[in-house]
Order: sequence, then structure tokens, then C-alpha cells
Amino acid sequence: MNITHMLRSCRSVRCLLETNPTRKFCSTQFNMTSAKHKNARRIEGLDKNVWVAFTSVAADPSIVNLGQGFPDIPPPSYVKEGLAQAVMVDRLNQYTRGFGHPTLVKALSQVYGKVNGRQINPLTEILVTVGAYGSLFSTMQGLVEEGDEVIIIEPFYDCYVPMVRMAGAKPVLIPLRLKSGKKSGITSADWVLDQDELARKFNSKTKAIIINTPNNPIGKVFTRTELQAIADLCIKHDTLCFSDEVYEWLIYRGHKHVKIATLPGMWDRTITIGSAGKTFSVTGWKLGWSIGPEHLVKHLQTVMQNTLYTCPTPLQEAVGQGLLRDYELMGKPECYFSSLAEELQSKRDRMATILTQAGMNPVVPEGGYFMLADVSALNQDVSHMTEDEPYDYKFIKWMIKEKQICPFQKLAAIPVTAFCGEESIKHFEKYIRLCFIKQDSTLDAAETILKNWSRA
Amino acid sequence: MLRPPVLNWASLWKRSVVLTHCPSKSVMACELHAKRLEGVDKNIWVEFTQLAAEYKVVNLGQGFPDFSPPSFIREAFCNALNGGASMHQYTRAFGHPPLVKILAKFFGRIVGREIDPMEDILVTVGAYQALFCTFQALINEGDEVIIVEPFFDCYQPMVMMGRGTPVYIPLKPRKSTGPGLSSADWVLCSEELASKISPRTKAIVINTPNNPLGKVFQRDELQMIADLCIKHDIICISDEVYEWLTYDGEKHIKIASLPGMWERTVTIGSAGKTFSATGWKVGWAMGPGHIMKHLKTVHQNSVYHTATAAQEAVAMGFQKEYDTFGTEESYFKQLPAMLHAKRLRLAECLRSVGLEPIMPQGGYFMITDISGLKVDLNDPSTKGEPYDFRIVKWLIKEKGLATIPVSGFYSQEHSGDFQKYIRFCFVKEDSTLKAAEDILKQWRIKQIWL
Repeated sequence: MNITHMLRSCRSVRCLLETNPTRKFCSTQFNMTSAKHKNARRIEGLDKNVWVAFTSVAADPSIVNLGQGFPDIPPPSYVKEGLAQAVMVDRLNQYTRGFGHPTLVKALSQVYGKVNGRQINPLTEILVTVGAYGSLFSTMQGLVEEGDEVIIIEPFYDCYVPMVRMAGAKPVLIPLRLKSGKKSGITSADWVLDQDELARKFNSKTKAIIINTPNNPIGKVFTRTELQAIADLCIKHDTLCFSDEVYEWLIYRGHKHVKIATLPGMWDRTITIGSAGKTFSVTGWKLGWSIGPEHLVKHLQTVMQNTLYTCPTPLQEAVGQGLLRDYELMGKPECYFSSLAEELQSKRDRMATILTQAGMNPVVPEGGYFMLADVSALNQDVSHMTEDEPYDYKFIKWMIKEKQICPFQKLAAIPVTAFCGEESIKHFEKYIRLCFIKQDSTLDAAETILKNWSRA
Repeated sequence: MLRPPVLNWASLWKRSVVLTHCPSKSVMACELHAKRLEGVDKNIWVEFTQLAAEYKVVNLGQGFPDFSPPSFIREAFCNALNGGASMHQYTRAFGHPPLVKILAKFFGRIVGREIDPMEDILVTVGAYQALFCTFQALINEGDEVIIVEPFFDCYQPMVMMGRGTPVYIPLKPRKSTGPGLSSADWVLCSEELASKISPRTKAIVINTPNNPLGKVFQRDELQMIADLCIKHDIICISDEVYEWLTYDGEKHIKIASLPGMWERTVTIGSAGKTFSATGWKVGWAMGPGHIMKHLKTVHQNSVYHTATAAQEAVAMGFQKEYDTFGTEESYFKQLPAMLHAKRLRLAECLRSVGLEPIMPQGGYFMITDISGLKVDLNDPSTKGEPYDFRIVKWLIKEKGLATIPVSGFYSQEHSGDFQKYIRFCFVKEDSTLKAAEDILKQWRIKQIWL
């Protein structure tokens, strides 16, 4: 599949927000005319997906892929060994408890009990899902109704909008905005919500607000004050809060991850979502979890028992064992939750330097493993890229098609307008997203490519 | 007198019974669930695995093997784990390339057509999620879905969650008593099936070999269903997770291979049942691209994909089976041969204690008529429940033997006729089957002496 086709399909998110989304599809099969073979209404317009397009970029060896967010560094050895051991135990190759394998929910209850400063019931307040993605789905299907509105902060992880739509509800968007005045040394902390604008988004139909901290793609770590402002509105309007915290451990020096569920009045109305994939650098294991009060989690559990029933057992056992090991080490430098962040700190700083030297303006993230780069200073003319697309899409196509110094020297990134709605394109189209949870050799290759750009 | 439960943390869990949708949305005062969850909150597996965990039981209940998966598939998993960094990271959403390619090759050879690995196959989190994707992808409010009873219980809530209307048609025994009862004796009435079809009928769900009955649909039976699907333009959802487990020379037939059926059938399979590794949760849906693309849309908006390393291991397993298909080294031949003997053993044991098993032609399970049992059901906690539910719970608590009540696989309108059956899983180590035999024989001796 060529890059052009893939990037064209990235416009999915904007399509979803139009009142009459244009459905394009490509099928090599003869399409029967039977109306009965048409898709159900709930998935109308939801057929495109930016990651479906980009995973095949990852398979192309001629591309230095700083696009899709997964590590090319290995997971910790004790986690892999844990899985190898689990597979050798007969019982661990068969079905386990539907809402979460006992070893795992017990470990989650310990870790998050400590982090939240409260006792968490492993059986009623936790659900294990197929990745954090599965948690988001279970949450939407369990709690979001036709006619509801759900507030989503831009830029957002792209699945939020189609999931809200599939639940029959309306996404209501609000952008983070760059504080005015600052021209250089920009960090993710400089991107903030306008409080009045946020307050205006809440109304009687608002069922929930989705927050993502640390944020993908910007890397913003919401401060206590910022979360309190959101919490105040949730309490005032009696809405739920879905808090996607998959990057919770990847916090850089000087910053602290705050869980909105720990703010007064918020535990009872918040679902907090986490990810084994991001925690242990095993995105392909597809295990995540939802944590919250029983009266909300039970509905997610109902969704689970009617969608896939249970997650893979040996993987859950291995993640549980890994969490128990790191629970004992919490607060110490050997704990993977903090050692990974430490390892990424230098990669982050290196990435920022590489981008600055290449003439771009990085947005240094406070957390997560992505960095935005403002490419406007390059003044690159991409008007000859003929598709009618935002600037960032054209820029990335230009990067891949034209800016290759020689074979095997192409750099891939992700266009940031894939993470926002139509009205916010102008705020984000000069940005590309790069992932820096990569081996030094990958970052070396990226650095070489970008240095050669400057020379060319 | 009730045996005291073996209490562990699992016994603290309780389920709420009824959800009602409340107009006020105060999180503190009211239920907040979406309407799509109404009526689907109870689940037989959640209920009975919980019970089996609380009491020390010989477990012939839930359908999973208590022996290990074959060593070649476990080795394949270990090789996958050590296969480099990419094995632990995201793969292609619709199915890991090595897996979809070998599935296309393997099943293409069986159905006699070229299956496109990228267009015609979706790898899912177990067959369970394949079913979910299918219903969500195709069923709108007002659509009717015909379900053949007894049915794997999730079909009903999944249709309901898709806002569809389930329409039931039971398999009925041609003869009701007597020796030599077989799942082959349970059949559909073609006139009755035809009468269930309306302009709103979107799909029919069949399961062959059937859970819990073990029926293996014959070619003429499938042809009868196919004729109606073609005549009325109905989609066929064919759950074939037990496709390798047929006994006594019975042959599994894929309805998708009948003329005119590939274009309208979604066939569902399971690595868990295929390789005796139910906990790996790798399944698939296969069908024409123009239908599969809708399942893919649901899948990419719900889970994205199932675990990479597990998919890699299943791919290696299928490659081995492709190379050894039909030979004595094939696990797809060895497993049914092993289970054939266990099936006979369980049937013999049940008959020896005065029960009437229905000999399954395929699958993991055997159902047994328990009308002859004389049991003093004095457990107040099960009062008001269907008879088979009460018997099963009594057997767990009093005798330490876990089974599953068969009326749980029927609609409410028909379940009353089937409360005299319970289901046993025989895919167990010989020691487990012996332990079950001992319990039943002990009980029988007591009954005779009384």
C-alpha cells in the first residue's frame, strides 16, 4: 500500500465531524447490491482509521519510522520471561475470570490503591480490557447514550471521536491553544484550555468529558489547577469524566502526574484508563484496564461479558507478575515505572535538539513519548503536492516522497491535524508528530536525515 | 446440609440483578448505563465460573480443556516471544500478516476457493469477539435474527445489544426416550423454520458442531437452510469453533462451501478450540470482502487488534497443520481421536448411574436427561430458579461436581421444555473424568441403599 493512499485515508477524523461524511472505500471484491449486506447505521462513516493506514509504514524497512507510537526498544526481560513461564502452566492457557485474571486485578488494586491513596476493590472496581483502546470502547458503550454529548479536548487520540459516534452521541470539541507571546522554547505547558470556552461547552446533554494526561500528541501534563477547573465543571454539571492516563508513568523531571479521580468529588464520577502496553513497552500485548467506582465499572463489565468475555490469560498473568515486582520497587530508581521515564528523558532532549538544529521549533513535552515540531520556520513550499489537504499532510508526503537523500533514508511522522476537527485545522496544520521511544540507532538515523535536509 | 464453601477472595463478589434506566443522570443518585445494556447484564459464565471457584469442584462445567495445549503450539508461542522486538508491539489491525496468510491458504484448500487474506479475513479476540463484530456490523434496530436453539448463550445478548430482535427455532428430538439417543436425532422442522422468516429477517445463526448438544449438521440440513437464505436474501452467521471435533466418522461441512453461500456467509473459527488453548483468545471471521469490511470497521473502533505474539504462534501452528493435514501427525486428527474415547467413557458412566446422555456427534459437550434423579432441593438461595439451575447448583455445593444447566441455552419462551437437561464437558484429563465417575457412582450407591 503506498504512502499517498495511506495519508489520504488519514482524513478520517475530519470526515467524521461533517454532517454528511463522504464514505470512500476501496474493495477488491464485487459488491453485491443486496441492501441487507450494507453496514449497520452505527458504523456509518467510521470505516477509516489512521493507524490502519500507518502500521504498514512500520513494516517498510526503507523508512525511519518516528510515526506510530510504539517502542522499538525491547520490553523489560522479566516481563517477557513472565510470559514464557505462564505459557508453561497448563491452567494459564485456558479461560480465566472474565473481568480480569485474579493475579492481575489484585496487582492493579495494589499499585493503584497506593497511587490513588484509597482501597480499590479488585473485583468490582477494576475491569481488564484489550488494551486501553478496549477500555475506551467499554466505557463508551457502557455509559454513553444516543443523544448524549461528550466533550473532547483537541488534539485528541483519534479513536475518541469514532467511539463517541458509534455510541450514537455527539462529540463536542475544544482545542488546547498556544499561549500568545512565546516564540521559542515552547513546551507542552504552553498549550492551555480557555476556561470560559470550556465552561460554555457544558450543557444539560453533556454526559462526559474525556481527558488525556499526559496528552497524545502534545505531551501536556495537566496540572492540579487545570484538573481542578475541569473537576469543578464536572461536579457543577454532574457529568462523568473519562481519564485516559496511558502515559501516566512517562513524566519528565519537574512535573507530576495528577489523577483527576483523586480530586474531591471525582472518584464517584471518573473512569481512569491505563495500559500495560505503554507501562511495560509491550503495545502488542493489548492489555489495559479501567478503574473506577463499582456503580460505573459494573456497566463496563456488562459490555465486556457481551463483547469478548475475557482477555488472554498468560499475558494477564505476566503483566500481573510484572506489576507486583515493580510495586515492591515503587519510589526506587530500579522501578520500571520511573526508570523508563529516566531513559526517555535524554531521548526527549536529544530529539528536541535534533529538531531545533533542523530549523524546526519543537514543543518539548512534559510527558508521554511524542513531540510536536512546528515546521513553519522551514517555509517549505508544498503547494505542488496537489491533494487538497492540510499543510501537515502535504508536508509529510513531501518528506517521504521528495525529501529522501538516498534510498533507505526516508523519515516518517504523523500529521497532527489527524487529531483534531475541521475548525481547529488552522491551529495545528504546521505541526508534525514524532515518536521518540526509539533505540539510539533509530534516533541517529533520524538525526542524519534531518542534518542532510539542512545541507540540501 | 450444604457443604461449606471454600472461601477465598472470589466469594466476596456479588452481581446486581436488574438494571433500570433512570431519567435523572445524577451520578450519585441513579444508574447511568446506556440503554443498549438493558436485559443483557446477566451472564451464565460469570455466574457459574464464580460458583465453581468458590467451591472445590470436579469441573465438567465451563468448556475448556484441563490438559495442556500440544507442545508444538506452546513452543510456537515461546519462539514468538523471542522473535524480536516487533513481536511485542502493534501489528496489522485486521490480523497479523503471517496468520491471515496461512488461514487463507488453509481454509481456501478446504472450501475450494481462493480466499484473500487481506480482504476476506478478520482476526479477532476469540470467536466471541468475531460474533460481536458480526452483529454490530450488520444488525440495525428492527432487524430480526433467527437463532437455532439450543444456542451458545452470547448470541441472544449480542443481538439485543445490536438492537435486533432474536427469533428462536428449537432443534427437537425425533424420539424422546430410549437407548442410543444421539444429537443426530435432534432436527429442525423446515416448515417451522420457513415460518420464522419475515421481511425483517437479516440473518440466521447456526452453530455446527453445536454447543451444547453436539449436533453436526448434515449436508441436506445445511442445504435446507441455505435454500432459505438464498430465497430470502438472508445472511448466514456460521459458528464453527468445534469444526475439527467430529466423531464416529462424521464430517464437518461448511455452509459457506454450498453453492450461492460464500457471498452471504460469515464463518467463525477459534484458535482456542482448535489448539486447546482457550485462554489465548485468538479467533477469526471469514467471508466475502464486501461483508468483512463492515466487521473490520467495528473491530478497528473497538479493540484494534488481538495480541501479536499469540497470533504469531497460531500462525506457526496452522503452518504445521497445513503441512501435516490428513496425516497421523496432524493435531486436528489426534485431538478428535483422543476425545472420541473420553466421550464414550463419560456416556458409559452416565448410563451406569441411571442417567440418559445424548451422544454428541461433535464438539466438547454431552447433555444428559436428569429426569430420573431424585434430589431433595432444599437450598433456599436457588428457590424459584429453573429446575436444571437448581440441580446444577446443588451438585456443585453438595457433590463437588460442576456442570452447566441446559435451559440457559434456550430462549425464555422455550426454556421450560428443557429444564431436564444438564451439560457435561468431556474435554478433560482421564483423572478428572475418573473423579467425576467416582462422585456419580458414590451418589448412585447412596440412592440405591436409601
